Amino acid sequence: MTGVAGYRRDEPGTHPAYDTPEYGSTRLRAPDRPLIVLPHSLSEITGPVYGHERMGPLDDDLTRQHEGEPLGERIIVTGRVLDGDGRPVRNALVEIWQCNAAGRYVHQVDQHPAPLDPNFSGAGRCLTDDDGRYRFITIKPGAYPWGNHENAWRPAHIHFSLFGTAFATRLVSQMYFPGDPLFEYDPIFQSVRDPRARERMIARFDLPTTEPEWALGYQWDIVLRGREATPMEP
Amino acid sequence: MLGSTPSQTVGPFFAFGLPYEGGERLVEPGDPDAVRIEGTVFDGAGDPLDDALIEIWQANRLGRYRHPEDDRDDLPLEDGFIGFGRCPTDAQGRFSFVTVKPGAVAPEAPHINVIVLARGLLRHLFTRIYFPDEADANAADPLLSSLDDEALRATLIARPRDGVLRFDIHLQGERQTAFLDV
Repeated sequence: MTGVAGYRRDEPGTHPAYDTPEYGSTRLRAPDRPLIVLPHSLSEITGPVYGHERMGPLDDDLTRQHEGEPLGERIIVTGRVLDGDGRPVRNALVEIWQCNAAGRYVHQVDQHPAPLDPNFSGAGRCLTDDDGRYRFITIKPGAYPWGNHENAWRPAHIHFSLFGTAFATRLVSQMYFPGDPLFEYDPIFQSVRDPRARERMIARFDLPTTEPEWALGYQWDIVLRGREATPMEP
Repeated sequence: MLGSTPSQTVGPFFAFGLPYEGGERLVEPGDPDAVRIEGTVFDGAGDPLDDALIEIWQANRLGRYRHPEDDRDDLPLEDGFIGFGRCPTDAQGRFSFVTVKPGAVAPEAPHINVIVLARGLLRHLFTRIYFPDEADANAADPLLSSLDDEALRATLIARPRDGVLRFDIHLQGERQTAFLDV
């Protein structure tokens, strides 16, 4: 096989360290042996490319998946999926999940004594369009307590999962809301050490995206790894 | 150049968002080449993880990936075979997939690409599953042959047991799986 153009490594500080003691669950789960650097082959530069077969018509509208409307603040969350060179990532699967407006997940392990909402499941998916754009309608998730430390609360967030164009560009992240007072206390948000990189996890309120008499709009662009310019030698 | 969006943990509550019906089945169980791969995900204390998610990506039995950048048209794609699988761990930390052994993409030995996601992992982990009946190809594989530590190398090769292939994943400790910086 001839050499393939791999994906660039992200700048140090972009992603959290596995071993982040402030986040207690890393203690027994962070690898303690160094990772083995793997030059990219066809295995890493390919990845699952989705068709439309798994998309239902209401998959991108989390407020219409049940008989009634969910409680909470209706919002529009949209943005573009870009590669590291600013090019749109088209036809890419974006999957999201979140808790309800009261801060409760539809998950049996979630014991937060906040009400479930029979009209809200909190999972959605869509494909990006030719500009790399995704768009969801949902409700603003609540903050919720967790057991990491005394009086620990997660800032409101929506989980995002993407593949982009390759196995190497896989990204699972969380989108946060601007001005959240919990940022400084949250070890998961703070696990990203570079403050500029942390800012990239925060959506921007956008009046033009906001629809009058109906829903606030937020914009959040997602940037996946860029590509090496020249093929590496095998 | 734009800075990448940072990774964050998948958290403990992904079960209603990411898994989907049939995600662990890449081929029908009746496929004459079907193999079952089973494993358990363990933490550094040796306890199983009931909140991990395993994803796999592989070529078809001829060694062709279903992707625009694999343009080797002499190796046909198979109808219905995507090559992607997703399986959450159960209460005992177990996952399983039904798939076929992929063909080799020289110079690499046949392998399945693996991503591990879990609460407590702020970034996903990459590893690979190699096959125990490919001694010659494994010996020539660039990744496997680069590992001097025999025990570490062995963590990447599935073990046959009772008609299935076992591939346990140890996140930490002396038995830690070889994870890859992709």
